[in-house]
Amino acid sequence: MKAFIKKEIYHIFRDYRSMLILFGMPVVQVLIFGFAITNEIKDAKVTILDQSGDVLSNRFVSKLTASGYFKADRALDHPSQIEPAFREGRVKQVIVIPSGFGADLGLHKQVTIQILGDASDPNTANMLKNYTMAVLNAFQMQEMGMQALPVDVRVEPIMYYNPELKGVYMFVPGTMAIILMLVSAMMTSISIAREKELGTMEVLLVSPLRPWQIIVGKVIPYVALSFVNALLILSLGWFVFGVPIIGHKGFLMLEVLLFIIMSLSLGIFISTVSPTQQVAMLLSMFALMLPTILLSGFIFPIENMPVFLQWISNLMPSKWFIIIVRDVMLKGSGIAYLWKETLIIFGMTIFFIGLSIANFKLRLE
Amino acid sequence: MQANQTKIIIVENLVKKFGSFIANDNLTFDVAKGEIFGFLGANGAGKTTAMKILCGLSHPSSGRVTVAGYDIYSQTEKIKRSIGYMSQKFSLYEDLTVYENFRFYGGIYGLSRSMILDQTQRLLSRLGMSDYKDRVIKTLPLGWKQKLAFSVAIIHKPAIVFLDEPTGGVDPVTRRQFWDLIYENAHEGLTVFITTHYMDEAEYCNRLSIMVDGRIKALDTPSALKERFSCNSMQEVFIRLARN
Repeated sequence: MKAFIKKEIYHIFRDYRSMLILFGMPVVQVLIFGFAITNEIKDAKVTILDQSGDVLSNRFVSKLTASGYFKADRALDHPSQIEPAFREGRVKQVIVIPSGFGADLGLHKQVTIQILGDASDPNTANMLKNYTMAVLNAFQMQEMGMQALPVDVRVEPIMYYNPELKGVYMFVPGTMAIILMLVSAMMTSISIAREKELGTMEVLLVSPLRPWQIIVGKVIPYVALSFVNALLILSLGWFVFGVPIIGHKGFLMLEVLLFIIMSLSLGIFISTVSPTQQVAMLLSMFALMLPTILLSGFIFPIENMPVFLQWISNLMPSKWFIIIVRDVMLKGSGIAYLWKETLIIFGMTIFFIGLSIANFKLRLE
Repeated sequence: MQANQTKIIIVENLVKKFGSFIANDNLTFDVAKGEIFGFLGANGAGKTTAMKILCGLSHPSSGRVTVAGYDIYSQTEKIKRSIGYMSQKFSLYEDLTVYENFRFYGGIYGLSRSMILDQTQRLLSRLGMSDYKDRVIKTLPLGWKQKLAFSVAIIHKPAIVFLDEPTGGVDPVTRRQFWDLIYENAHEGLTVFITTHYMDEAEYCNRLSIMVDGRIKALDTPSALKERFSCNSMQEVFIRLARN
């Protein structure tokens, strides 16, 4: 067994490509997700069609640009210019201020402002609208003071667990799920399939090693590697993006280990059904990676999916893992809250191991 | 073969069924110690199935089989320790060095470090490849890999070595050298159980069995077989048997 683990480690370290994938990818992914893919909006281009042009409207516009969310593009003079501005892609939003804006406001008359969004990117359009409304509300409050409404209901939202609504808080658990899945499931399934392809598997089976020893020997190096990767991602999150780990770290590590073992058993199962490395790779890619990315709630919220897809998402081990990691890291939850998710992953592990054993026996007979 | 020689493989009425398909139909044969036993047959004749059973990878449906003195049903583990196996793909790890391959296979047979070193030195010097100990396998020519694969298969000094079409894709000169290696080892008492599709190679075996449709159609020395079927070469014998 010792010989086996040693050999496997040689395999991994001699193959520069897989080394690069193993250690380069987690870093790159975390950085990309952390820096580039962010839902926060900064300096979105807007333009204003100010038909009023008075003191108040000017003040509103400067408040808007001072918020940091918007950057004013060259102002428009006529409604006919609105559509070309969108078409050219110059701006994401146009705000139309009606004539007599300041005068009407001064008379406490109702004033309507039009917000036109480029909804070819619906999420952004929606967010920009919300930001504009927020600025508008603040502006109203500031200009009109308490006199605006007889009864003043103020909303003071407090965002628990992630007060600044940082996207990276969500990406760290998500990336961890993807990377662990990839390293554990894909790498093991490929490396076992390679032994089959090379014919070394036959030789191993003829040797006094028992099948479980072969599998465990192959898998242990990957457990270690995956674990190192998990630590790498967590520390990147911590040091670069300031993602906290509020919960018990030991508990988090145990959960990570459980997920790694789950992915490995999935990888072993894949390798029992794939005759070559290529098949193993494709199966891992399409059966694991894509669903993990799309259906785990990592990028697209599960609540927004059609009911049918929500059902399928329950079959994704990563969905449960992401819930666990997020809750432990951000909410500080312990096993008392997460026993259900833990049990599900544990059950999946048993299921895949059982399936692999059944499959393996079938082939030998 | 002399009758008093030790029989190292004994197969009596071996039957292997997959559902209603009979892969091995009542095989009975034995192999003597130090013999080179050729196991011939067309593709699908049941060679691989029988070989798997002898290697302890699969159990027979019925019949009595002993390999190296151990019972195939109850002593599979002991059998596995006393046999070596070389597959047609040569089964070396391409990204490891020659020595690392020896060390790995020695390791899974539980050899001590010093024993692995001794054996590696002995086997490599026999091949005249001592200088290539630290070369990575994929940089070596096919013929070398083949000989190395054979050496790796006998690193734990097994009583029997099973060679599954060991000369596929190798040129005639290299094949010839490979057979020299087999002879050398057989001379030292190693039993060689070999399957092949090359009939010129079949002539090198001490005895041959030819399987057709799950049964052994003929079993004798190459010269006796040629005489019996009044053919000039094993090629003709084989074709005549396989056609019927």
